[in-house]
Amino acid sequence: MSEQNDAMVIAGKRYLSRLLVGTGKYKDMQETRLAIEASGAEIVTVAVRRTNIGQNPDEPNLLDIITPDKYTILPNTAGCYTAEDAVRTCRLARELMDGHDLVKLEVLGDQKTLYPNIVETIKATEILVKDGFKVMVYTNDDPIVAKQLEEMGCVAVMPLGSLIGSGLGILNPHNIKLIMEAANVPILVDAGVGTASDAAIAMEMGCEGVLMNTAIAGARNPILMASAMRKAIEAGREAFLAGRMPRKRYASASSPLEGIIG
Amino acid sequence: MKLEVNGEITQLNEGASLHDLVIKLDIVGQRIAIEVNQEIVPRSQHALHKLNAGDKVEVVRAIGGG
Repeated sequence: MSEQNDAMVIAGKRYLSRLLVGTGKYKDMQETRLAIEASGAEIVTVAVRRTNIGQNPDEPNLLDIITPDKYTILPNTAGCYTAEDAVRTCRLARELMDGHDLVKLEVLGDQKTLYPNIVETIKATEILVKDGFKVMVYTNDDPIVAKQLEEMGCVAVMPLGSLIGSGLGILNPHNIKLIMEAANVPILVDAGVGTASDAAIAMEMGCEGVLMNTAIAGARNPILMASAMRKAIEAGREAFLAGRMPRKRYASASSPLEGIIG
Repeated sequence: MKLEVNGEITQLNEGASLHDLVIKLDIVGQRIAIEVNQEIVPRSQHALHKLNAGDKVEVVRAIGGG
């Protein structure tokens, strides 16, 4: 199968890369740019914050480096703990992005786990969908919740593999499979990936894509890890499409049994 | 007049517009979004939007995040 025929479609737009990356935690803008280029990602998340927070006057604006003409910018609602704050953030993001209305909704429960608050997530989803936003929603790995979010009109549902920034991998693959079986929108694993094999496992399971940040930015060499993740996502996707061999309990010789000498 | 910009008390001349605030903050031409008293004011309206004492203004931009 050629790459062209295997696009990921989100909100009607085709993407050849199934790796979505964040822009947080990098050393500087240069490292951010190089890592994102090495990842091959087409969808890139950004946070929305007050102008005077964490601003280095010499540092260029992130969107001058990661430009909206080259990437699909996916503003997030990270740091929001209520539906109200998340909706406000999305509306500011839409103004920031000249009306571009694709957003990553995440409404968090507490600072220790950054686990999604599903009640607030559902409330925010309802308002945002009604307001015309295309919502990619961060959620837990509960198949019932995932289905409800789809039915409410989210364009993609993104269950966690494990806690944000934990690097623990996909802790409940069975639930992710249940979510995928029931879904009619793309299911992407968001959060928890620690290294390339985690990303490959998600793709081998049949996920549409994977969103990650810390796995790349927190690696000793982020640019090399970005390249590893690109390959892992592609390898995992191809393995999924190829269909793995069945698991067997006993050996099965690869070489013919006939014609052995002696 | 005094108003609150990103949580800090800021002094502006009476009758100042949102664009005057953008000039004061030295962020003219930057990719920002502004909310006044929790209502978005579109970029095209910044020069027309008159600020009032006590307004709560939020000025945001995109930064690195996951």
